[in-house]
Amino acid sequence: MRIEEVEAAVRKAVAEHRDDRGPLLPVLHAVHAALGHVPESAIPLLARELNLSRADVHGVVTFYHDFRRTAPERRVVRICRAEACQAVGAAALVEQAGALPDILAEQVFCLGNCALGPSVQIDGKTHGRVDGPRLRAILEETR
Amino acid sequence: MTTVYVPRDSAARSVGSDEVAAALAQDPALRVVRNGSRGMFWLEPLVEVETPAGRIGYGPVAPSDVDGLRPLLATGDVTHPLYVGRVEELPWLAGQQRVTFARMGVTDPLSTQDYVAHGGLVGLRAALRRTQAEVVAEVTASGLRGRGGAGFPAGVKWKTVLDCPEGLKFVCCNADEGDSGTFADRMVLEGDPFMLIEGMTIAAWAVGAREGYVYIRSEYPDAVQTMRAAIDLARAEGWLGERVLGSAFAFDLHVRVGAGAYICGEETSMLESLEGKRGTVRAKPPIPAIEGLFGRPTVVNNVLTLATVPVILADGAEHYAALGMDRSRGTQVFQLGGNVKRGGIVETAFGMTLRELVESYGGGTLTGRPVRAVQAGGPLGAYLPESRFDLPLEYEAFAAAGAMLGHGGVVVFDDTVDMAAMARFAMEFCAEESCGKCTPCRVGAVRGVEVIDRIVAGERPDENLALLEDLCELMTDGSLCAMGGLTPMPVRSAVAFFPDDFLSRKP
Ligand SMILES: Cc1cc2nc3c(=O)[nH]c(=O)nc-3n(C[C@H](O)[C@H](O)[C@H](O)COP(=O)(O)O)c2cc1C
Ligand code: FES
Repeated sequence: MRIEEVEAAVRKAVAEHRDDRGPLLPVLHAVHAALGHVPESAIPLLARELNLSRADVHGVVTFYHDFRRTAPERRVVRICRAEACQAVGAAALVEQAGALPDILAEQVFCLGNCALGPSVQIDGKTHGRVDGPRLRAILEETR
Repeated sequence: MTTVYVPRDSAARSVGSDEVAAALAQDPALRVVRNGSRGMFWLEPLVEVETPAGRIGYGPVAPSDVDGLRPLLATGDVTHPLYVGRVEELPWLAGQQRVTFARMGVTDPLSTQDYVAHGGLVGLRAALRRTQAEVVAEVTASGLRGRGGAGFPAGVKWKTVLDCPEGLKFVCCNADEGDSGTFADRMVLEGDPFMLIEGMTIAAWAVGAREGYVYIRSEYPDAVQTMRAAIDLARAEGWLGERVLGSAFAFDLHVRVGAGAYICGEETSMLESLEGKRGTVRAKPPIPAIEGLFGRPTVVNNVLTLATVPVILADGAEHYAALGMDRSRGTQVFQLGGNVKRGGIVETAFGMTLRELVESYGGGTLTGRPVRAVQAGGPLGAYLPESRFDLPLEYEAFAAAGAMLGHGGVVVFDDTVDMAAMARFAMEFCAEESCGKCTPCRVGAVRGVEVIDRIVAGERPDENLALLEDLCELMTDGSLCAMGGLTPMPVRSAVAFFPDDFLSRKP
């Protein structure tokens, strides 16, 4: 990723959240939304703009599951592996999804859709009662 | 013009309510309102139509059903196979006591007119007519206890914050709802957001805060969007801002989004996260009520706790406290999920038995097989066998049985469940989600997974079961917070109630 692009995203995110108290998380979310991940090169820029140490920023980026360090090469499908979805076959779904070549299956613990599991989230939309064939159909329809 | 309702709740959307709403909207004779969900998820998408005889329901409606249904809607046809009857009279709903969830599924969540027409703002107006101490006393008298898990009396917490010297204070709503099997907070955020705003505004008035935060987990994008929209609308109406409802009281509210960390539901970890830091747990004391967000006195309450405050102020503490049993006053919004035929929201006074919830409301399992276990109270809650189903759903009875009510989630499993695998998962989850600050939790959980693996592999099972028990004791006693401290609860209950599942798997 070009550094100019990263700089622009960081500057815009910081400007938007300048007046927030403790702005690092909202800023990171904004950078992540703009770039699809938080590249290594963003960390010193963020540190400088927000008057934090690089170690602080790095520590926060790595603590939270949401912040990817690299751009995903395939479509991300978040599959719920928590108990209520396990009770209706989440493990089988994880296995079936693992066999699909063009997606990146990630685990998530609960999507708040526990009466309609197994649940997955794709591009911010939750889908319920998902099995292998339905997952393929959803991926097809929303491509 | 006929009015039809199609929920915008993300659970309803997860099974196609957007597509159904879009198909219905093609008919110019229909006015489509996107309401919240009634919380009867096996009927979603549930389409309701307004008739002179009340709201009539059809569900679950697939987009392909819409063409056949549309011409029948204006008359409220009763012969259609998806006809379920008058929604409010369905036994599942009629048997409940919907106090906190009174408007849920009834109104358009982002209609300020609907909100006011259905009892909104009555509680806030009542609060603003009273002194701060009177409001705190009212909440204390209602017996309302924190719905986030620990069950601490809300009024006592508020009094601590009120008694701190004047100055910068905060109200923070914990909307991190990470427990598997829970979704009531999400439904409030998506389905009745003004209620939460009203509750937080009352809390702010009562303790002398001017600024509030709603910390919503990132797994709930619809909730984030709806809550932000509701706050903007509330500001425009003068319900928030420099002069709340025309009074001299100023309060403003902000949404903050989590970033995928279960531990950020623990209140001190949430405060760290709100400050822009890693979500590691703080040692207590000091308690957040005295030194909370940015070191200032802070009310931290769960969504349901704050959402219940308006009705308490509107109808009076006595009215609320008249419901429930012993020290569990009022109602609890139970959430029924997992392998269950009829999952969803059951709000009733404390004291109903687990059996009634699982069998009468739930109707048994989705797969039709026998119920073998339920997990109550989220991933840190106990697994209970059928022989324990006569426990009343009430804080102290659960505690006495070595279980907990937590945030009110109940997850059902059929007889194919492997309880050793569930115990292993509890440890795996703790290892994955531990903030890493204390050793019993961080290391203990990893060891726990290994020990359970050895037990089921048949390696010196007695010795390893004893080791697992020691480990559980160490985690319970030595962890900094309830993450490590309560992970042993599902593990121990699985061993105690389902010992056969821990026998060797070797042929
Ligand atoms: C690991 C862990 C996770 C928690 N997650 C949540 C949560 O998601 N939502 C919540 O309201 N409380 C959660 N709690 C409880 C909070 O620490 C705190 O007790 C609660 O927010 C206080 O609000 P209340 O008194 O209204 O319940 C969690 C506690 C622990 C130890
Ligand atoms: S457990 Fe999967 S959505 Fe809640």
